[in-house]
Amino acid sequence: MTETSPFLQHEAILDLIEGMAREIGDELASLGIEQPAMVGIHTGGVWVAQRLHQLLGLADPLGTLDISFYRDDLTRVGMNPEVKPSKIPFDVDGRHIILVDDVLQTGRTVRAALNEIFDWGRPASVTLVALIERDGRELPIEARVVGLRPTLREGEHVILSGPDPLDLQIATSRQRKRG
Amino acid sequence: MYARPGSENLQLDANGRLRHFLTIEGLGRQTLVDILNAAESFAGVSARTVKKVPVLRGKVICNLFFETSTRTRTTFELAAKRLSADVVNFNINTSATSKGETLLDTLRNLEAMHVDMFVVRHADSGAAHFIAQHVSPGVSVVNAGDGRHAHPTQAMLDMFTIRRHKGDFTPLKIAIVGDILHSRVARSQIHALNALGVSELRVIGPRTLIPTAAGTLGVHVFHDLEEGIRGVDVIIMLRLQKERMQGALLPSEHEYFQLWGLTQKRLAAAKPDVIVMHPGPINRGVEMESAVADGPHSVILEQVSYGIAVRMAVMSMCLNVLSPEEQPA
Repeated sequence: MTETSPFLQHEAILDLIEGMAREIGDELASLGIEQPAMVGIHTGGVWVAQRLHQLLGLADPLGTLDISFYRDDLTRVGMNPEVKPSKIPFDVDGRHIILVDDVLQTGRTVRAALNEIFDWGRPASVTLVALIERDGRELPIEARVVGLRPTLREGEHVILSGPDPLDLQIATSRQRKRG
Repeated sequence: MYARPGSENLQLDANGRLRHFLTIEGLGRQTLVDILNAAESFAGVSARTVKKVPVLRGKVICNLFFETSTRTRTTFELAAKRLSADVVNFNINTSATSKGETLLDTLRNLEAMHVDMFVVRHADSGAAHFIAQHVSPGVSVVNAGDGRHAHPTQAMLDMFTIRRHKGDFTPLKIAIVGDILHSRVARSQIHALNALGVSELRVIGPRTLIPTAAGTLGVHVFHDLEEGIRGVDVIIMLRLQKERMQGALLPSEHEYFQLWGLTQKRLAAAKPDVIVMHPGPINRGVEMESAVADGPHSVILEQVSYGIAVRMAVMSMCLNVLSPEEQPA
């Protein structure tokens, strides 16, 4: 049993993403990183990454990851036959990578994404950015740039739908499922 | 003693998801499309630095081959390894003892080694079904070719190859050429192509090598090659089994080539963008001339590499079945 209520609409989300792009630019400058490459995590992370990629004017095409094959709960939840192929259209070796996710909660998705990135090559660094960061971390993973940190109650989840228009909803489920 | 081939419900769990992969029959279009979609994602793995994903980490897969086959066994082995499973290979000669008993005894012994999946090739039709009926719950069986009955992973890699080149199946005219009668590959292909809804399916070959009831399989029968391939989008050549020559079913290799061998000249009857497929290994100068096998229309080597992705898809789907209480939110 899940109930949903509206949280943020398209224009407000685009404002958040614009703010993130500015902040990423500052962070990259302070880290001394030039010519980073970007990878989005399917599905919501890719929508956010597409806009960030454009705003930052990155040279290399956007990479996309479907981390389904790397989930730590694969044997419990089964394989989704709709897994999209991961595409990283640049050489990962030695690159500074900005990894984009929509909602950072447990950190398990990011763990899986890091594993997959390293199966493509050895990046110089990976910087995590997320549209939404919330509590519930189960792994030592933090985002460097975050669009919004909402306070949520027990059993509430933020869900991004899109890509056009982007829409954030808060879903309330009676019992907590996987994150 | 063996299960009747076609007892297909064995393949699906209570939710209609794949448990075993024994035959194309009874699976339905959506399951076949799911396999092709999963294979599409696995195809990318072979292009990476580390050609491995952790989908079946900790699982044990046993290649149980009662009939020799280097190529099929190798692609199954490679598929299992790319999924991070552990693989054991057993090549067993069946000819000696009473087969039913031997098979069960072998099975019990291997199960004691906690095998999660058996990939079975056997000269008897129905052998994979028989094993699937007798394995413990939770153990999956994939048919890697049983007698004249079925070779479903070969058929699915052919479907994958066709989809990669042609996209939609529904407008396609497809011809299968050669020994339809003895071919488990052809039987599985015909079921798959019908389930995927191709526009027209033709079989072409000598009268002695086409089943008399071919019409009931939903195919059009031709005995003349050029007439049969006129206007087709895809030509699937079958391997001619040399042992059939001795059974008076065929005149000679030379004569077969004269009548049913695919040449560049004859290929002109098909559509200009026709693709030519063959499950391998090719008898050059018997089923087709080298100019065709190595020519621009040939997709034969692509079939081999797609075979790995398709087998990864089938194995991971069979071994990652949800029980009803574990459905994701």
